[in-house]
Amino acid sequence: MSNYEETLIPQVGVITDVRIDTPDIKTFRVVTLDGKKAFDHRPGQCAMLSIPGVGEAMFSITSSPTNEEYMEFSIKKCGCVTEWLHQAEAGQQITIRGPYGKPFPVDDVFVGKNLLFIAGGVGLAPLRSVINYVRHYRDRYGDIDIVYGSRSKDDLLDYKEIIEEWATDAGVKVHLTIDNPQEGWDGHVGFVPNYVKELGFDTNKTAVLCGPPIMIKFTLEGLTAIGFDKTQIYTTLELRMKCGVGKCGRCNVGAKYVCKDGPVFRCDELDELPDEY
Amino acid sequence: MRKCSLNAVNEVFAEIAKAAKLYLPVDQADGSAAFKEWENGVTWSSALNTVKSPKDLFFPQTEDLMAFKTEGKSIEVIDTRREVEDFVVFGVRACDVKSFEILDRVFIKEPVDSYYASKREKGVIVALACTKPSETCFCTAFGICAEEPCGDVSAWKTEDALYFRANTEKGEALMKRLEALTEECGEDAVNAQKEKTAQIMKKLPLAKLDTGAFGGGKTEQLFNAPEWDELSSACLGCGTCTFVCPTCQCYDIKDFNTGNGVIRYRCWDSCMYSEFTKMAHGNNRLTQKERFRQRFMHKLVYYPENNDGLFSCVGCGRCLAKCPISMNIVKVMKKLGGKDSE
Repeated sequence: MSNYEETLIPQVGVITDVRIDTPDIKTFRVVTLDGKKAFDHRPGQCAMLSIPGVGEAMFSITSSPTNEEYMEFSIKKCGCVTEWLHQAEAGQQITIRGPYGKPFPVDDVFVGKNLLFIAGGVGLAPLRSVINYVRHYRDRYGDIDIVYGSRSKDDLLDYKEIIEEWATDAGVKVHLTIDNPQEGWDGHVGFVPNYVKELGFDTNKTAVLCGPPIMIKFTLEGLTAIGFDKTQIYTTLELRMKCGVGKCGRCNVGAKYVCKDGPVFRCDELDELPDEY
Repeated sequence: MRKCSLNAVNEVFAEIAKAAKLYLPVDQADGSAAFKEWENGVTWSSALNTVKSPKDLFFPQTEDLMAFKTEGKSIEVIDTRREVEDFVVFGVRACDVKSFEILDRVFIKEPVDSYYASKREKGVIVALACTKPSETCFCTAFGICAEEPCGDVSAWKTEDALYFRANTEKGEALMKRLEALTEECGEDAVNAQKEKTAQIMKKLPLAKLDTGAFGGGKTEQLFNAPEWDELSSACLGCGTCTFVCPTCQCYDIKDFNTGNGVIRYRCWDSCMYSEFTKMAHGNNRLTQKERFRQRFMHKLVYYPENNDGLFSCVGCGRCLAKCPISMNIVKVMKKLGGKDSE
């Protein structure tokens, strides 16, 4: 045994609930073996989940820190670990370690600001933590706009929560869109970046983006075109990670490590990094 | 300063080995040298340096991190870390000694990597001054003094004697154990050797390699330099440079199913490999040029930016000797550094 704590050694967690969100996204509720939250986190931070023998991967924590009972992870099926998780049932044990990374500045920069959240696909997962945090401390923040788009109505993550909870909050406006027309959908149709342009937001907001790289690129261009400064826009990156603490070298971009210096970055900070993320 | 006759080195080794595992460079059947555990009958190599650096003894090429037992839906995590026993690494060259300062800044930074840190705590480094540096040596470019290495103990080998100077508490404890086998002595012979080596170092072909074009804050100037295309065009992505490099520290974490449980281990990895950054949904470094550039930008710009200007290269020359296409950090520095570094 060693005298040191070792961050690479995880604790055991148990999946207590699996919610099917979309055809390829499930939300997993995780607690420790004694039924508690594995650790405290801030909105935007991540955790390493693993299944011994399958592998370990980094996931954003989608539940808000204000949820004191459990953590949730919305996970899209796209690789070895995620495929394995998708066939897991309640009661399955996994390992968990964290929290990792720099959170969104919800307790300083965001306070008193109008907030504009823009997400595409499973990119809503990390933003849900922030959205539910600012909804919990509603009076600390100004108006909230949420633009969210996905391929189809069936691919919208957290749809029930969005419609029943977010959209009914005072001062919260939700703008949903799907890529193509669909029977039973009378909302907006079109890609997120175009929708943001059509909505034409006032620039007195702080924007938070997350989605596929192509969506982030065009939305960022759109926001700067309508007068947003990059210092008003935050995003969260995703790169391959192994250690989570800036040592294994995998998520190194420029002098930054996405796992510890990110994953949350202000967009002007990203300009200083080589274009490799 | 203390010394012993060269005829008595095996007695010194035997004394050290009584209380701690002793590793030192040993000649291999293929003519190369490697750090091996000393036992009676093992001869200390006179080679300038080993093919692989001694980083292996602190950051092994593969290392078990933990184990798991799984049964049905249950998982048990087993902390397999064991108390590290005292060990001594003898004959570490100045360049390799410096590499531990570079690795320390990665692994012994919060959160401390316990696997590495526990070995650094227990390991005693006896550094050996160089007398016959090679044409591929360029440690001086990084401010390293080949004739005056640091470490817990500094040692100098002359024609007939081995001289020791303890630099740290661990080093003093080791020298205390060797008191009966060594004698107090003057520094004249060592000083004469240092002077001679310093003169040779000045005349080495790479002695004037200039680091001026590199360092923290140089990303913008260097990242998009057109020279990367030519420099990287022949790179095979074999990763040999990474594996022989004393400062490369990227690693992978993998699970191995033993049939009776799972062992999670780590192993050296390389940013030169195409899978290094490959994710389920894409890869942020698709070409060998991007991967090649990452390795050198990290050593010459990113690492110094995060570490008070310290470069992540010690000029040991291993990559010069081993790259199958003869590409190396010196060529990169000369090409990107402009005429000043010629």
